[in-house]
Amino acid sequence: MTSILKKIDDYRWELPKTGDMRVPGIIYTSAAMLNSLHQEESLKQVANVATLPGILKASLAMPDIHWGYGFPIGGVAGFDWESGVISPGGVGYDINCGVRLATTLLVEQDLKNKVTDLADMLYRHIPCGVGSTGSIKLSLKEEKKMLTQGSQWAVDHGLGEDRDVDHTEDGGCMANADPGEVSQRALERGQKQLGTLGSGNHFLEVGVVDSIYHRKAAQTFGLFEGQVTLILHSGSRGFGYQVCDDFLALMTRHIHKIDLEIPDRQLACAMIQSDEGMRYFNAMACAANYAWANRQILLHRSREIFHRFFGIGPTDLGMRLVYDICHNIAKKETHIIDGKPRYVCVHRKGATRAFPPGHIAVCADYRNIGQPILIPGDMGTASYVLVGTQKAMDETFGSTCHGAGRVLSRKAAKKAAKGRSIYRELEDKGVIVRWTGKSTLAEEMPDAYKDISQVVEVVHGAGISTKVAKLRPLIVIKG
Amino acid sequence: MVHYFIIDHTADLGIQVFGIDPKQLFTHAGLSMFDLITDIQKLTVEDEHLVSVKGEDWPDLMVVWLRELLYMWVGKEMLVKSIDIQSIGEFKVSARVAWARFDPDCHVINREIKAVTYHQIQVTRTSRGWTSTIIFDI
Repeated sequence: MTSILKKIDDYRWELPKTGDMRVPGIIYTSAAMLNSLHQEESLKQVANVATLPGILKASLAMPDIHWGYGFPIGGVAGFDWESGVISPGGVGYDINCGVRLATTLLVEQDLKNKVTDLADMLYRHIPCGVGSTGSIKLSLKEEKKMLTQGSQWAVDHGLGEDRDVDHTEDGGCMANADPGEVSQRALERGQKQLGTLGSGNHFLEVGVVDSIYHRKAAQTFGLFEGQVTLILHSGSRGFGYQVCDDFLALMTRHIHKIDLEIPDRQLACAMIQSDEGMRYFNAMACAANYAWANRQILLHRSREIFHRFFGIGPTDLGMRLVYDICHNIAKKETHIIDGKPRYVCVHRKGATRAFPPGHIAVCADYRNIGQPILIPGDMGTASYVLVGTQKAMDETFGSTCHGAGRVLSRKAAKKAAKGRSIYRELEDKGVIVRWTGKSTLAEEMPDAYKDISQVVEVVHGAGISTKVAKLRPLIVIKG
Repeated sequence: MVHYFIIDHTADLGIQVFGIDPKQLFTHAGLSMFDLITDIQKLTVEDEHLVSVKGEDWPDLMVVWLRELLYMWVGKEMLVKSIDIQSIGEFKVSARVAWARFDPDCHVINREIKAVTYHQIQVTRTSRGWTSTIIFDI
């Protein structure tokens, strides 16, 4: 399918409008990365998304694009708020899967000869892995409150600082959340898992700021070279999965009712302005808030562990939340379409918001410089901090990439790991790993992912975000 | 022991299962899913559970069926040991499902299956019987 792509410039290729496509597709990539796309179904998925009612401008794909359900991962699509659709498959199962980055006043030297012990302590005290349950047991009434309040709920319960909420995308809360639209099953699954990391590609990472590319932005975000950092990658756990599952079931029936032909059942959707569409939007917001409360609790627990481990108080540790972003979400945003502002339902599935300097949605501390963007890499290489740009606003509904993106299936990764000690290889690179799942390490090894620096070079080169800093991992805790 | 093929996918995991008729196909699909999750041999049945679900066609019924069985695990920590389908048609399946409560001291969870997807779902009648392809989110 790559043969039909038309090069627009060094970082963009167009998938021309054919068949039922209402708009063309635009793929952000590079000539080098283009080759890895040809075996993928992801381009077909970009085309499929382009057939959905109300899609605006183009069906977009970020350089970390890979095969997903219905929508590709790394996909961005904006639908007209009045005449467009909303799709659970365009958000993904793990609603508001996201990343938060915190900095400390510690430097790499402070961790000398302590890395292994710190890794063990984090691993012991951060609940992770299949079926892990958190230390917080919620009553149904309290759970519903948390679902409407997000991060603030956690802070109000002593699990964080007010400043954390300010430094979270949307203040860690989608106001339209309506727990009345959430099934009993979702509520049940959610009760047990708050404050847990999860499994698969979710992780906690202690790292160090390795390089700074944009001094002014780094300074504004409070980053300096050699600084010890913490990254958390987690989402809405079983709660979000259940919400997605419930609404996929509802919408696969709904599309028959409204006689909408879709090329893939997993693209099931509803008009935003329909009862089904709004119900999903309001249930999805509950899952988004769940994820924000979850990451807030994980941050709080990490602070406690650091305090205990180093025997220092909050002032000396200075663990400050830089930002928290979500990369699986649908949002109501204003964008300029044909020269006029319009409400758009932006689906970001494995894509990150990248709002520019001056945007009202960027918190006051960063409004002059733009929104921080957090791009985690695989566990052996690096993670990046970028900043949003006006070009992203103009071209991609204010969106950019979200991570490395898989290149090897889990089975292929396990095969490639055979006879190797991934643990030792990572240790040789200076990364200490702790994990629970039997096959997690092999499946999640660095070779299984695209080169994160290539992905970041594309979005930087294309101008839809700007590189600020590179972080190097020291400790990785995996589920 | 149920035989099934694992289908390799970049982001996730798929299986292909077979049966001489829909009853066997649906039984095998359910057991294959739990075979991926744990060692079924090690399960000691605690109780039975009646599962009855409706679908719009065979593929939809397969997704809804597996989703219901998966919920027993992800929602209730029940691991399925055996399935006895009482009745099955294109739009409805009813079964008695024997399960064991998850015990971390006895049971090893080999793989977390997070969801049953509609992606490329297929239920087909062939000259030799029935076959289905299902993709899981893991």
